[in-house]
Amino acid sequence: MASEDAPAVSCPLPLASGQHVLLAHGGGGRLMQKLIGDVFLPAFANPLLAKLHDGAVFSVEAGRLAFTTDSYVVQPLFFPGGDIGSLAVYGTVNDLAMCGAKPLYLSVGFILEEGFSLELLQRIVDSMAEAARKTQVQLVTGDTKVVDRGKGDGIFINTAGIGVVPPGVMVGPHRVQAGDRILVSGDLGAHGLAVLSMREGLGFGGGIESDSAPLHGVVADLLHSGVDVHCLRDLTRGGLASALNEIATAAKVEMTIEERSIPVQEPVRGGCEILGLDPLYVANEGRFVAFVPPAQAETALAVLRRHAVSHNASVIGTVTGSDEPLIILRTLLGTNRIVDLLSGDQLPRIC
Amino acid sequence: MKYVTEFRDSKAARALSEAIRRTVRRPWTVMEVCGGQTHAIVRFGLDALFPPGLTLVHGPGCPVCVTPVGLIDQAIHLASLPGVIFCSFGDMLRVPGSVRDLFAAKAAGGDVRVVYSPLDALTLAQAHLDRQVICFAVGFETTAPAFAAAVVQARRLGVKNFSLLVAHVLVPPAIGAILNAPGNRVQGFLAAGHVCTVMGCKEYDELVRRHRVPIVVTGFEPLDILEGVLLLVRQLEAGRAEVENQYARSVRRQGNPEAQAVLREVFEPVPRAWRGIGEIPQSGLRLRHAYAEFDAIERFGGDVALVGEGGVEDAECRSGLVLQGLLKPPDCPAFGIRCTPERPLGAPMVSSEGACAAYFRYRRRTDSLQEVRHGE
Amino acid sequence: MCLAVPGRVLHIEEGPLLTATVSFGGVTKDVSLVLVPEARVGDYVIVHVGFAISKLDEEAAQRSLDAFAALGELGEPEESAP
Ligand code: SF4
Repeated sequence: MASEDAPAVSCPLPLASGQHVLLAHGGGGRLMQKLIGDVFLPAFANPLLAKLHDGAVFSVEAGRLAFTTDSYVVQPLFFPGGDIGSLAVYGTVNDLAMCGAKPLYLSVGFILEEGFSLELLQRIVDSMAEAARKTQVQLVTGDTKVVDRGKGDGIFINTAGIGVVPPGVMVGPHRVQAGDRILVSGDLGAHGLAVLSMREGLGFGGGIESDSAPLHGVVADLLHSGVDVHCLRDLTRGGLASALNEIATAAKVEMTIEERSIPVQEPVRGGCEILGLDPLYVANEGRFVAFVPPAQAETALAVLRRHAVSHNASVIGTVTGSDEPLIILRTLLGTNRIVDLLSGDQLPRIC
Repeated sequence: MKYVTEFRDSKAARALSEAIRRTVRRPWTVMEVCGGQTHAIVRFGLDALFPPGLTLVHGPGCPVCVTPVGLIDQAIHLASLPGVIFCSFGDMLRVPGSVRDLFAAKAAGGDVRVVYSPLDALTLAQAHLDRQVICFAVGFETTAPAFAAAVVQARRLGVKNFSLLVAHVLVPPAIGAILNAPGNRVQGFLAAGHVCTVMGCKEYDELVRRHRVPIVVTGFEPLDILEGVLLLVRQLEAGRAEVENQYARSVRRQGNPEAQAVLREVFEPVPRAWRGIGEIPQSGLRLRHAYAEFDAIERFGGDVALVGEGGVEDAECRSGLVLQGLLKPPDCPAFGIRCTPERPLGAPMVSSEGACAAYFRYRRRTDSLQEVRHGE
Repeated sequence: MCLAVPGRVLHIEEGPLLTATVSFGGVTKDVSLVLVPEARVGDYVIVHVGFAISKLDEEAAQRSLDAFAALGELGEPEESAP
């Protein structure tokens, strides 16, 4: 229900503060049309969306298509360095970029909880629009559903994206081979710590900002630079450790990485120490690993360091074998240990 | 980070490791009591730096691992009550009770929250006056003063909806039990530096006197542990048995008097069951009578007490032997087969400090790792 | 067990809990100094579950580090006799 201070009648009023999402906003009737007309269309303005058809019809350049989807349920919705809206655009753009694709079109589905603030929705939508402008993708089709109060967590967003993979580009775990150098595009763990810092009961200060950022620019540059990129993977949930394990399993290779080459900002390290977390497993939203032939590692590194989002890039290791999937970490002390997949989320370790 | 990074220096680590190698003449078995040290040993691969004759066994110093099933069952019961907010440190959530864990209680609708400090739970209580906030008071002497101080603060503020499910345990009685166990093979101990930061070294003098076993109070960074081991093997090789303090930057001989005072004010020792090991006299804490109103079991009555009686441990789990240093995790028949972090049979496989989990995560293929190391 | 981490006291608030802002490599957390009331701004304290449990003795820390360094440089001589 609308809050008590909201006007009793809401005829053609602009979205003012204090208004909330009603079940009818997802009901297909006039209120829903108004939500689309007042909030979504102006923000995402583009000719394909303006047709208000059931789907978007478009043609694409020559090449193969990449297609991906992801859902965003982050809490808090706004965190230092980003929000769920920009995250929902960058996340899908990044997934496309990791396929070697140029991201083109996105769909967006909102699941709103009855009572969610329309003002917050507007802010999130504006942030999505801004992120789409920055990444030059268009949000061309969408959907909105409203669930009963208590059945959602304010807002969930799903985005799916389509991109075109230029001819000749072939990236994927199947190309990873012994000898490949492993590059990471920047310091780890800032996103996970930024989000944790806002959590009730765990919070801390000190201004760690999420690394949430689009990666398609640097990836395009890398692919154009002549580096024969074998594989790319963005480091989201589960962090570097999980991404490397996934690739090792898919490619059936052993990798060795150097702890001292893995960049982690000092405050992130501090936050991880107090909570007993391992930065290798903490989430990122603007970082990726790249596998390249050894002779091209330096070129690849130079390309990455030219871009602001990856100016901290570093060569962290090598694909050392091609039999058993295994990640070996050479620790700070020069000893070896296995970096395994976690069974679930990393839990703060305290006592 | 100052006072962390310096204690992870590889050059110094090599020097310490060399010194240990040169000192050790005979085979020795020593125990690191504390799970935090176990964690550091596996995380930094320290065992690869020890000479072959030196065996490190992991001790019972993981409070999550030794919390008896009955108490976990009580926690799950309390967490499932309507109107309750149940607060716990993160590591406790995955520890199996008789039938399920706190995560499952949360999934079934219980309001279970991870906190960093007992004070966070107290703050929650003040923010939710219509709810009962219960905090799972887990930990050794290091942690008990924090819970004690939170209780004192709750009384001062007149907070009525805050209580503790007390699972605190004490280290020296457990060391005593290990030394008295038939078949004990531990010849020296690295004592837990943070426990001694609070309690001081006195209780350990007593153990040394009674059992003639060397004890080195040791910190948690790699260089601390290596130095602790060096001091310990020097004592062993020289036939000495003393309490030595490696962790002088934090531990004073008399400990922390403020922390001891509040601990004594609020808690008193009681016999306590340790998961997998059994009851050890005067090895646990409970709230004193004067603070009984903060005891969740008192507050929520007989049902909860009954729940605690019925706890059943998995018959196949050898955690008792693991926690006493009598068995290395990979030698447990269930290890990695029927017992994994996804489907743990015992607590040491779940707790991030548990010896079984630590082995599973970092050293599952010990042999292949050794090869990698020797191939250098 | 007992994860405890050294941090630097930046600011202390009077009050029953002696709440201090403590920095750990740049992130800050509110920490109670009731168990270590002698700690002052600028001191390093060792923090466990939201409470400082000791004041870090910086001289003792330096002595340890010096000893490690000496061990590294001298190597053999210091360790030759068991
Ligand atoms: S491996 Fe599993 S079953 Fe065996 S002792 Fe450890 S926790 Fe118990």
